[in-house]
Amino acid sequence: MALLEVRGLNVSFDTPEGVVHAVNGIDFDLEPGQTLGIVGESGSGKTQTALAIMGLLAENGQAAGSVNFRGQELLGMSAQELSRVRGSKISMIFQDPVSSLNPYMSVGDQLVEVLTHHRNLKRREARERAVEMLRLVRINDPQQRMRQYPHELSGGMCQRIMIAMGLLCQPDLLIADEPTTALDVTVQSQINSLMAELGEKSSTAILLITHDLGVVAGLCDKVLVMYAGEIMESADVHRLFADPRHPYTEGLLRSVPRLDQDQMMNLNTIPGNPPNLLEIPEGCTFSSRCKYAWERCAEKPALELVDDDEEAGRRYKRCHLEELPE
Amino acid sequence: MKKARVLDVKDLSVHFRVDTGSMFRHDYHTIRAVDRVSLRVHSGETLGIVGESGCGKSTLARAILGLIRPTGGKVLWLGEDLTRLDAESLRKKRRELQLIFQDPSGSLDPRMTAGQIIAEPLRIFHPSMARVQIRERVQGMMKLVGLLTDQINRYPHEFSGGQCQRIGIARALVLNPRLVVCDEPVSALDVSIQAQIVNLLRDLQKKLQLSLIFIAHDLSIVRHVSDRVLVMYMGRVMEVADRNSIYHRPAHPYTQALIESVPIPDPVRERARQQRMLTSEMPSPINPPSGCVFRTRCPYAIDACAVSEPKLEKDEHGNRVACIRAGEWRQEAEKAAADAEDGPAAETDPQEPGGS
Amino acid sequence: MISWHLKNRASLAALVVLVGMVVMVIFGPMISQWDHEIPDWDHYSIPPSLETDHWFGTDALGRDLYVRTMVGGRISLLVGLVATLVSLVIGVTYGAVAGYFGGRLDNLMMRAVDVIYALPFMFLVILLMVVFGRNIFLIFVAIGAINWLDMARIVRGQTMSLKNKEFMEAARACGATERQVIIRHVVPNLLGVVVVYVTLTIPQVILVESFLSFLGLGVQEPLTSWGALVNEGAQELETAPWSLLFPASFLAITLFAFNFLGDGLRDALDPKDR
Ligand SMILES: Nc1ncnc2c1ncn2[C@@H]1O[C@H](COP(=O)(O)OP(=O)(O)O)[C@@H](O)[C@H]1O
Ligand code: SF4
Ligand code: SF4
Ligand SMILES: [Mg+2]
Repeated sequence: MALLEVRGLNVSFDTPEGVVHAVNGIDFDLEPGQTLGIVGESGSGKTQTALAIMGLLAENGQAAGSVNFRGQELLGMSAQELSRVRGSKISMIFQDPVSSLNPYMSVGDQLVEVLTHHRNLKRREARERAVEMLRLVRINDPQQRMRQYPHELSGGMCQRIMIAMGLLCQPDLLIADEPTTALDVTVQSQINSLMAELGEKSSTAILLITHDLGVVAGLCDKVLVMYAGEIMESADVHRLFADPRHPYTEGLLRSVPRLDQDQMMNLNTIPGNPPNLLEIPEGCTFSSRCKYAWERCAEKPALELVDDDEEAGRRYKRCHLEELPE
Repeated sequence: MKKARVLDVKDLSVHFRVDTGSMFRHDYHTIRAVDRVSLRVHSGETLGIVGESGCGKSTLARAILGLIRPTGGKVLWLGEDLTRLDAESLRKKRRELQLIFQDPSGSLDPRMTAGQIIAEPLRIFHPSMARVQIRERVQGMMKLVGLLTDQINRYPHEFSGGQCQRIGIARALVLNPRLVVCDEPVSALDVSIQAQIVNLLRDLQKKLQLSLIFIAHDLSIVRHVSDRVLVMYMGRVMEVADRNSIYHRPAHPYTQALIESVPIPDPVRERARQQRMLTSEMPSPINPPSGCVFRTRCPYAIDACAVSEPKLEKDEHGNRVACIRAGEWRQEAEKAAADAEDGPAAETDPQEPGGS
Repeated sequence: MISWHLKNRASLAALVVLVGMVVMVIFGPMISQWDHEIPDWDHYSIPPSLETDHWFGTDALGRDLYVRTMVGGRISLLVGLVATLVSLVIGVTYGAVAGYFGGRLDNLMMRAVDVIYALPFMFLVILLMVVFGRNIFLIFVAIGAINWLDMARIVRGQTMSLKNKEFMEAARACGATERQVIIRHVVPNLLGVVVVYVTLTIPQVILVESFLSFLGLGVQEPLTSWGALVNEGAQELETAPWSLLFPASFLAITLFAFNFLGDGLRDALDPKDR
């Protein structure tokens, strides 16, 4: 049985303008030790999926469906039970590391608090564990860092501390929401190799949310491609990059500028903007931007099994086309 | 094929005095946010500027445009030194030199409609222009940058990030400038939208004969749009080279490091990629290293690097580089790579810098 | 330019109530045969009655409470408006200058505000009253001059955050002069908070005046204000409850209306809610 089983997850928000359908019936499994990537443009529902799993949706938000974590149903759990699961078995790191730390507490106190609170450790023991964890995320001179406050540290350093904090209780699942988007490329690559190491060495499963396909290529085992709150394609990372089956995946892959491209030419783009989630279009949600759209696309495509490989597992896509045209 | 030089920046410096002292004692330091930077931009050309955040890219851009008064140096725009102009003459030059910002929505006044925002430069420089005429011009700009003209009365918050950036571009181009400085114009956008904006900028450049300075922290996007690339680190120029040399023959170890840190969207190559990334962080600008500023993170640093600051010198390909080991570090790198393949013995690089 | 499109029905109702209130206190006394000073010698302390035309009753001295409530309303609203205007002018100028120029000047100006803030405000007003006598204009000025401190702080904070917004730099990069930047970008963006704050300041000032009247330091007899009337009414609560009820209701309704109006304006002035 998978560590995390998400079935028919729906997230909607009540707003004065109407109901916003942020996530519309997504399913996926995550095995222990696996890294699953969720990619898609902003507004495609990646973060809300993660927040729904964590039970951290905004007040006007509503989650439906099922989120099964180690055999326990998380949706509908009481706030108290949820918060116990949160700090100790699932942790989450956010895009903006500086503002996710408490500005009025030293880094050390924040780390220690996690352990004394969730693991009932003595302060001395907790300090030792925290220092050890900072070393693990390759922070030089951890004793010194423990005494510092978030504003005294760089963004990259804060993100490493957030990762350390996320790992302190040895969670079964780490959710990372765009952990490197706000950081410089050089720091990005440091954080990414740290995450890669983590993915290999520990049995912690990682749910990595990003819009950067380079990061997905380096870190993930499996990938979900999301658009307008739906899964468009899901596959293992190698087959997804080598042979994308959905026009949206193809578009995303082609719009990345490649460093190794010598000709100066226009990038491929996906024209237009993601749809307004207040009024999701009929038929295929991607049809207004899809260059292959044809008559059948007025009818909603289902998420279909494309391939079932012994080793690489199953892959799915939501598109009426059998093959992508050359 | 030699094109006319429109902008010639010579030894431009911007220094800030900061107080790191406590409430009771002042402790002044000078931060050299931009230090003796020279660069040239030709007509119709794109110069890319790349470097980590805080390296002085934005400050340089603003100093070139005269939005910050430089501490020293010259900014020759069509032969005229902008640093010597008084405030009013400088303000008039804004017609020719424009800026596009990083934060697409933050750079738009939330209380103005898209139409009012795009019209603002016209209202400033042509106060007597008729309403209909302004409206026509604004609508023309909106079409040019790919916005629908019926969105003219919408407020910035009703647009997505990419659309806001289009409004910012329309505002920058409405006066027909000759040079546009783009300060990280796509860093805050999704890849798919990034590509749209980058293509738009390139099309407009061709159509309107613009010269561009394109700033970003991501070398792949900079290389994609630029004819030449300038690599900046701690306020100094490390290397200037054409777009092909910068990737195929990086002459500065920092350029090499930037290349290595760009992730490749291909799982096989990304995982096989040799990651000799920059481990430590950028030193504090208050207290920069002596000699070569990159020395604390440079895998090829030798004792001589601490002695004096390397000058920006022309190499045999006509590119400029500021490294005393420009000619030799590459062999060392290749040797290390070969050793690494031979066996795990050479795994620990003796030149690996310690943390600062 | 402000779109007076108030989404909030409550605030629209509040606006109607306030306009009605103003009209009433201005024209209200004219429709009564009684005067606010001259007692009706035949009716001391009578409850509201239609026959005598004392619609709100009379007080212990036989003065008509309806007229007195209206006249008191004039004073209370006038104090609220004038004192708020004084604090608006001083506060906005002071705060905008400090916030816009920043640095050492800001430091100096805000320290000064802190010092004044630390002074016991009521004590000062009382002192002024004692020294210069009970003068209604002095009340306006005294309250306004002390209330500007909050306004200055709010405007300064808003100006500072505006100054760091990229769109201000964008305007400069487009060639706007400092004056154009201030007129086009600073003022319209300050307007929202200022207007909202004004609607909160007016009731606050009215309350301060009431408090002063309570201490016997407010307007001088035979002139009156809602605060003074409430004070008198409270003393006769057991024998003549109507003399408290009417002025107190008017006061409360006005205060509530201003609060609702403030909420509504906040929404109406936010472009995100249009
Ligand atoms: N007004 C200022 N006062 C002090 N330091 C400043 C100021 N503006 C910029 N700096 C410093 O100048 C350096 C370069 O900043 P910036 O130009 O923003 O870099 P980048 O564009 O690469 O992010 C940074 O160290 C920054 O802290
Ligand atoms: S179903 Fe049609 S519109 Fe949708 S992705 Fe496939 S081809 Fe494009
Ligand atoms: S001068 Fe020395 S420290 Fe600087 S880049 Fe060259 S080799 Fe490295
Ligand atoms: Mg910058």
